[in-house]
Amino acid sequence: MTEPVLRVEGLRVAFDHPLGKVKAVNDVSFALLLGERFGLAGESGSGKSTLALAILRLIKPPGRIEAGEVSLAGRQLAELDEDAMRALRLASIALVPQGSMNSLNPVLRIGQQIADAYADHGIRLGRGDVQRRIAVLLAQVGLPESTARMYPHELSGGMKQRACIAIAICLRPKMIIADEPTSALDVVVQRQVMGTLARVQEELQAAVILIGHDMGLMAQFVDRLGVMYAGRLVEVAPIAEIIERPRHPYTRALIASLPSLESRGELIGIPGLAPLLRDLPSGCAFHPRCSLAMERCRTEAPAMREIGDAQVACHLA
Amino acid sequence: MKPLVEAVALSKRFAGGLGRESTLALAGLSLSIDAEKPSVIAVVGESGSGKTTLARLLLGLAEPSGGEVRYCGVDLRKLTRDGRIAFRRDVQAVFQDPYGVYNPFYRVDHVLATPVRRFRLATSRADARELIGVALRAVGLRPEEILGRFPHQLSGGQRQRVMVARALLLKPKLIVADEPVSMVDASLRATILGSLRNLTDKHGISVLYITHDLATAYQISDAILVLYRAHLVETGAVESVVSAPQHPYTRLLVSAIPRAHAVRDWLTSEATSAEISRSANSVGCIFADRCPHVASACLAAPPLLYRTEPQRAVACVRYENAPALSADHLAEVLAAK
Repeated sequence: MTEPVLRVEGLRVAFDHPLGKVKAVNDVSFALLLGERFGLAGESGSGKSTLALAILRLIKPPGRIEAGEVSLAGRQLAELDEDAMRALRLASIALVPQGSMNSLNPVLRIGQQIADAYADHGIRLGRGDVQRRIAVLLAQVGLPESTARMYPHELSGGMKQRACIAIAICLRPKMIIADEPTSALDVVVQRQVMGTLARVQEELQAAVILIGHDMGLMAQFVDRLGVMYAGRLVEVAPIAEIIERPRHPYTRALIASLPSLESRGELIGIPGLAPLLRDLPSGCAFHPRCSLAMERCRTEAPAMREIGDAQVACHLA
Repeated sequence: MKPLVEAVALSKRFAGGLGRESTLALAGLSLSIDAEKPSVIAVVGESGSGKTTLARLLLGLAEPSGGEVRYCGVDLRKLTRDGRIAFRRDVQAVFQDPYGVYNPFYRVDHVLATPVRRFRLATSRADARELIGVALRAVGLRPEEILGRFPHQLSGGQRQRVMVARALLLKPKLIVADEPVSMVDASLRATILGSLRNLTDKHGISVLYITHDLATAYQISDAILVLYRAHLVETGAVESVVSAPQHPYTRLLVSAIPRAHAVRDWLTSEATSAEISRSANSVGCIFADRCPHVASACLAAPPLLYRTEPQRAVACVRYENAPALSADHLAEVLAAK
């Protein structure tokens, strides 16, 4: 087996709150191979986006990384100084943040925004070179060359999102984190944007972390999926395994809540509400919402166990 | 059948600015919502298809450029004062953008307490609190976490659920819900849509569910209208439209939904172009530039609506052997069985 490109070990992120400490990411460990597509699924507030920010060391006070290690291609990110970390962002790990299509600068042309990314990372290029690189990048994400001279308001949502992917890949990173890159787009455009992401990822041989809650999208895009609940990973397994044999009751509920096109009937939501992260239930955090909860679930938090290719944190698995 | 709200050959054109083309947002749509048989009618289409324009016209928030919207048989523009008040109570809205609907200076309690006061829903303060609490819990919120907070302290999903709760409070006859769950998690989406469906089944409230998500439309609605760039392309009973779509655009929509299957066919099956290459003002079928079956007839004139099944109509020349359907008879196609 090859060396993982990203390794996250026992990562904990907490936010200080007047009413108590909010444990947004709680002892999360996983590893990613080069070229692998890894999904992170869970409800809002399960810590998916915070985990992404923590990997990039972008957690701001009152939040802080309490414990754990993140290593990228063997380098411990915690040991880097702020300048080195800044250089590494975008160049080695690119983030396509949630709602990034609205993060484009409205008064700059798309081409200028890509050129800024180069300049900011100390890459000095002649004007002709910059133009050529921008044209190549735009072609990679399936946008016409004329897009470079356009302002964000002249583009549709799907085009803006592809422009954001172009910026994210401009330094050919080995790792792309996409946080709900298509949540505001129509299905037809979503497929096109995800197709673009899949293509550039293959060209760059990069690893991708896709964050989202659409299990259909996960099933069609990622190789392996991690399911997060209340800041913890509760199940990690190859995607086909998860779709066909979800082992954690929460994973099962998440899949069942996806509206099906095959049969009409009751829409199945997940009963109850996600717990408050500063006041987690005893034992397994999912037990108050779990239909299979036993006495043991109320008192003892389940540890992550290996079952074949899968890892599951459930007493019943 | 006695219609509560009707759209008659409704169209809307937004004027272009200096030297710019005007935009056709809705082209002659007719639709009728039955006062006696409550149902959930879904309006599905991509961004720019005219869904939100339709919602705004039906709510009387925008003036039609052609045709009219009727409430109990009277044009909205000709309603008396009492008629307007009744309309405002009977027809409620849940909007797409949960950020734009709140006044940031007021606590969220304000949007809930105002209708209670205006429409005298409660006799005492405790009564009002109880009503609001029930509505909030019905959409999966904890009242103690919501009341007393400012809008910026809530997430998009929470704000949207407060808006659904506000519509529930008034027990209207029709709720026009414009993308009510597009900013909510998949797990909660089911809960909110389930409660919308419940409104129809248990409280007799009709719901016009406007969405880009065909899968949720399939789950909760009885009838469906598929819009594409201001035009109605297919309509009918939701079961048949979604399980066997006839219009090429509806087929594209159905195929673009990622399924939670172990078979990965989603990204490989991308065949139809997602780009629009044709000006909106050219003649012929609006979908011709993206259609895999395009023929010369498609470019010559816009297709009529053909009634391919009793509960189904499609605007595509490939079905020209079926009888043509005039817009006034659309209500029959949409009527719940």
